[in-house]
Amino acid sequence: MNITRGFTGRPRTENAGLPPGQYDAGDDWPVLSAEVTPELTVADWSFRIDGLVDEPRTWDREAARTLPASAYTGDIHCVTGWSKFGVRFGGVSLDAFLERVRPHGSATHAVAYSHTGYTTSLPLADLTGGRAWIAFEYEGRPLPAEHGGPARLLVPHLYFWKSAKWIAGLTLLDHDEPGFWEQNGYHARGNPWEEQRYSGD
Amino acid sequence: MTETAAKATAAVAFAPPTRFAVPGRVAVAGEAAAVWQTATITGVRRETPHASTFRFAVPGWAGHLPGQHLMLRLTAGDGYAAQRHYSLASAPDDSGHIELTLDHVVDGEVSGWFHTVARPGDTVEVRGPLSGFFAWPGDRPALLLGAGSGVVPLMSMVRHHRARALDVPLRMVVSARSPEELIYARELGPETTTVFTRAAPRGVPVGRMAATHVAPLLAEQPAGGWEAYVCGSNGFAEHASRLLVAAGQPVDRIRIERFG
Repeated sequence: MNITRGFTGRPRTENAGLPPGQYDAGDDWPVLSAEVTPELTVADWSFRIDGLVDEPRTWDREAARTLPASAYTGDIHCVTGWSKFGVRFGGVSLDAFLERVRPHGSATHAVAYSHTGYTTSLPLADLTGGRAWIAFEYEGRPLPAEHGGPARLLVPHLYFWKSAKWIAGLTLLDHDEPGFWEQNGYHARGNPWEEQRYSGD
Repeated sequence: MTETAAKATAAVAFAPPTRFAVPGRVAVAGEAAAVWQTATITGVRRETPHASTFRFAVPGWAGHLPGQHLMLRLTAGDGYAAQRHYSLASAPDDSGHIELTLDHVVDGEVSGWFHTVARPGDTVEVRGPLSGFFAWPGDRPALLLGAGSGVVPLMSMVRHHRARALDVPLRMVVSARSPEELIYARELGPETTTVFTRAAPRGVPVGRMAATHVAPLLAEQPAGGWEAYVCGSNGFAEHASRLLVAAGQPVDRIRIERFG
């Protein structure tokens, strides 16, 4: 251990919900997108799943509304170090979308892509089993544009760069295809509890 | 689908329907970024009442490009560690030293230590350089918009431009609350336009960065077009990126580094 002279840090809090190396952002919700926030209206928004599936399909907002609503209440963790506790997103479970396209048994990974062209890669297992959503609302209100509105992917058990803003689609693959940050030195999976920030962690 | 066809499909790299606005500028070396290295403070320079530059000796530093950042870690006696991302302020060189310019954030546990405790000889840990999308290798005309300590990674680009005597055009517009709060004030040259939002010298207007600052630069139209780099708070980044788009800068030539 390399102790820093005179450094004491914040008062220690017993917070079992804080992954290693993270701090509580409190009421802040930093915005970290690398691109210009797009002017994407609800009417312009669509979401497609294709690749290794039986029936590729595209939803608009109205079509997505016919799927059962599902909410996430819990924590989110950003690779830059902040975590945010007790947030509430409203949307549709990704399971509901995947059920309708019927993934092939050979599908192991997915690339999520945004209306801006942003990409991020995930193991398919992290997108199923009630652990991922397409989120349209934050704290009961439409998701703000700078946070990915009209809709973003939400995978709260992984670092938040995986939760692609302005989500446009998922392509299911039988291999890992690194997305934007993954190509820029970030970890393939990004589990905050194992502090998988960068490739090699 | 036959077995062969499936394999052929898998071999084709995924391409999203929309080309990403800000593809990475440089390949990133994963190995260097994975290792924590000891950085020894060798000097401290005050820049403004709230910002200072810290110079570090990092003997194993792998080198960086202007615009890249690093992760810095402080460790307390009980093992508690705090880590933050900071932009590199220094231009790449072979001195074995790097510089960071840090704002003194109210109640900031890391910046607070730097501004009240740190002195030459102290050691911290760093890993990096990290991220390639905001890097500027000096190859394209660069239009830099920054506010507050958002000027830090942009100054690395300006310094690199000067150190290598590059011919490629480079312009910077920086916004500060007042002349006293303008980081690197003494170093800024004719490439830079300053904007003061709260207080300005006599005869200089006070106000937000505006189309009047950005439009004349876009009118210059250097060969190949500007690559725009925006750095600052999210509020500034949203404002400045809209100014650029309104003045005709293509969305896919705007890279944004937001604090947080």
